[in-house]
Formats: sequence, C-alpha cells, structure tokens
Amino acid sequence: MNKALHKFGEYTLLMFKTFAIPDKWNMFFKQLIREIYKLGVDSLWIVIIISVFIGTVIAVQISLNISSPLIPKFTIGYTTREIVLLEFSSSIMCLILAGKVGSNIASEIGTMRVTEQIDAMEIMGVNSANYLIMPKILGLMMFIPVLVFFSMFTGILGGVAASYVTPGMTPTSFAFGLQFYFNPFYITYSVIKSVVYAFLISSIASYYGYYVKGGALDVGKASTDAVVISSIMILLADMLLTQFMLT
Amino acid sequence: MIEVKNIVKSFEGRPVLKNISANFYEGKTNLIIGQSGSGKTVMVKNIVGLLRPDSGEIFYDGRDIIKMSKKKMKMLRQEMGMLFQGSALFDSLTVMENVLFPLNSFSKDTIIEQEKRAKFCLDRVNLSEAGHLYPSEISGGMMKRAGIARAIALNPKYLFCDEPNSGLDPKTSLVIDELISDITHEFNITTVINTHDMNSVMNIGEHIIFIKEGAKEWQGSKEEVIQTDNKPLNDFIFASDLFRKVKEAAKNSLKSHL
Repeated sequence: MNKALHKFGEYTLLMFKTFAIPDKWNMFFKQLIREIYKLGVDSLWIVIIISVFIGTVIAVQISLNISSPLIPKFTIGYTTREIVLLEFSSSIMCLILAGKVGSNIASEIGTMRVTEQIDAMEIMGVNSANYLIMPKILGLMMFIPVLVFFSMFTGILGGVAASYVTPGMTPTSFAFGLQFYFNPFYITYSVIKSVVYAFLISSIASYYGYYVKGGALDVGKASTDAVVISSIMILLADMLLTQFMLT
Repeated sequence: MIEVKNIVKSFEGRPVLKNISANFYEGKTNLIIGQSGSGKTVMVKNIVGLLRPDSGEIFYDGRDIIKMSKKKMKMLRQEMGMLFQGSALFDSLTVMENVLFPLNSFSKDTIIEQEKRAKFCLDRVNLSEAGHLYPSEISGGMMKRAGIARAIALNPKYLFCDEPNSGLDPKTSLVIDELISDITHEFNITTVINTHDMNSVMNIGEHIIFIKEGAKEWQGSKEEVIQTDNKPLNDFIFASDLFRKVKEAAKNSLKSHL
C-alpha cells in the first residue's frame, strides 16, 4: 500500500512537471507533430486490420448464436453496431494500443534514462518531462479520436462484409439493424472514453519509463509494468465512465 | 571557480560522500580520481545539481547552488556543459541536431547563427564531416567528440566530463584528453573531469583530487603525484608494474636534476 501511494505521489509530481509552459514553442510543436505521427499515424494500420477482423467475427458469432426464429435477423447488425461503438472501438482498441504505444513510450523514455540522455537534458536546463512527455500525451490524446473513428468504420465494414458471405444473415437486414435505434451520443461517449484512455496509456507509460533505474533488463520490466498497469487503469476507467455517462 | 564545502551524501543510510571539501579552478583541468565505487560520480552529480547533498555547500563563482531558486538554477545550467560516460547523445537526432539542441533551446540567435555556431563546435572537435550522421552510425571516439561539441555549444563557463575515456582505445583517449585540455585553456573554462584513467592523470591533471571510500584522501598536481608518499594514492595510481617503473624513473630523474 505504501509503495502504491509512493508511486502515485511520484506520478502526480511528474505530471505537474510535465504540464508546464514549453521553453520554446517551435520545439514543442515539432515534437508534437513527430509524436502524432509516431504514436498515432503509425498505429492506423493495426487499428484497421484488427477492427475489420473483429467486426467480421462479431457479426458471424452473433449470427451463429442466434438460432431462435423469434429474434429478428436485424438484431445481428444492431448488436454488432452496439458492441463496436460502445466497447470495441474505444476500450478494447485502447487495450491493444496500451500494448503497442505504451511499451513503445516506456522503452523509449526508459532507454533515454539509462543512457543518461535525460540527465543530459536536465544539465542543459531543459525540463525533460515537459520536452519528452507532454508532446506524447497531447499527441496521443489528439489523434486517438481519429483512430476510434477508423476503428468504428472499419469494424462495421467488417460486419457488413460478413453479412454477404455468412449463411443466416442478409446485407439488407444487417444494414437495417445498423440503423435501428441509433443513438449518436454513443459515438461521443466512445470518443470521450478513448481520450481518457489515451491520457492513461501515455502518462503511465511515460512514468514507468522516466523512473527506470538500472539497465536494459529494467527497461524491459518497466515496459511490461507500463502495459499491465495502464490496461488495469483502462478497465477501471471504463467501469467508472460507463457508470457516469450511461446510467 | 567551483567551491565545494563539507558535502555529505548518503543513500538509504549508507554514506557515500563523507564531508568532502574541494576547489575546482578556472582555466584548469581539475581531475577527480578514485577507484570504482569511491563516490566520484556521486560527487560530480552533486556538483552539477543532479543530486542534492544531505549537507554542505557548493558555490559557482560565489553562487550557492543549493539555496538557489529554480529560475536561477536554470540560468546557471546554461553556463554548464557536460560530457557523459556513454556520450548521452540523443539517438533520434543527427550529430548536427544534437549540437544544435542546446542552441535551439536557449540561444536567442537566429537559426543561421545557431547553425554557424554548431558548425564551429563540430569543426573544433574535427567532426565537421559527421554532422549528418546519427549517433548509431559513428564510432565511440566520434561520439565523445560530438558530446564535447554539444557541451561547448553554449560557450559554457563550467565543463564536466564523466569518465571521458571509458571504452576508448589508448590513442583515441589521448586525443579526447588533449581536446578537453585545449578547450579548457582556449575558452578559460572550469573543467572537472571524473576519471580512473591514469594516462589522463599524467597527461592533463593540473589539479587532482583523490577520493577514497567517499572521503578526500589527497590533492595536488600531476607533478606532485610522482613525489607523494601517500600510500593509498600510490597503491591506486601505481598499481601496475609499468606505472611503478615510470614513477621510479621519474623520481630518479628529479633527484639527478637536484
């Protein structure tokens, strides 16, 4: 418990150090663009590939598990849409991104720590947390809605594709189900959740990387810890946000 | 000049620096020597402000860095340059961008003037051809030289070098030593070098402080190292047969001159 409190205190102090006014705005914007590209744009393909396949699988699974003639066929499209919009494109996608982006951030900052690159910045008088961490957090928070939209679109597209080839499902009923009882707030809800998750992933990973002590093994451990803790925090935040926003 | 007065530093109750006082002079190469684990690196980290001593005072030309505000400390840091043991060049930047980094961060000069200064620094360390390369594409000696170029980019008053020769061959070590010494005299910098390389001691040691188990054991110049009877220092410096023979020869030569 003591250790957890100590870590939370350390994390909070790091966030205070991180969110300061940059010394040079042009350097900050350069870093921000770089991070948006590295953390966001580079994740686009994995998001698209996973979303298409999961969208397809969700549609096929629902189709296979609905055997009752009393349940209308459009339920497949309706349920696929609800799963993709409400949970998959935000929570599950961010759990996947916690693995990719979180480990990337923790290992990058951790390596900079153990090779004294962060000390070099501090010696120069540069606020290393502000220079390294703030662009990562803001970059990911800014780009994650784009990833979520792509995930929603391609996930549903995967479902539509499945409706053409899966027995027991028709594209017409699937399309009807997609439009049935549509609540646009679910998109807003999903985007808000993903922005919170983006903050959690990037800040927790940065924290674990920034305070690495030791060598290559410790960087690896920090990277793993970052993924595990940010995944747990995503699930916790999912529960809380769902309670606050949908009930 | 940097004055260190009675600094004490412990980690989890284990004392690492025990009441050390020392002066580091302007325009001189000041060496901190000692065995691995003797507290050299901790001492340098305290002096540059990366660690905070448990007690004691550190003055940079009369300015107490321990009582200094964050804003003043930030200003002072722009007067410091540091060469790290592993060079600590930023992997994602080219050599030129590494040298430009402190200039971009703090210099009020135009981009063209900053680039001119960076080119001058790279020229000074004979690395003008490698500006476009990334740290992973250059040798260890070149990385050290690039580290020196970055350290002097802002024209520092204080230069710190942590084990500048570690991992280098004797010939490259000599080049790095001479480069640091030349830059120190050329720009009248207060240079503090943390080393356990005895060639460096004999080549460029103008003012030497020997630390043993966290306490200052001896101080003097490279000439005085030859003549001293301090046993721990002799055991450390003249540990090899070669160095013992060199010492005997040097002593005999001094006697014959007298």
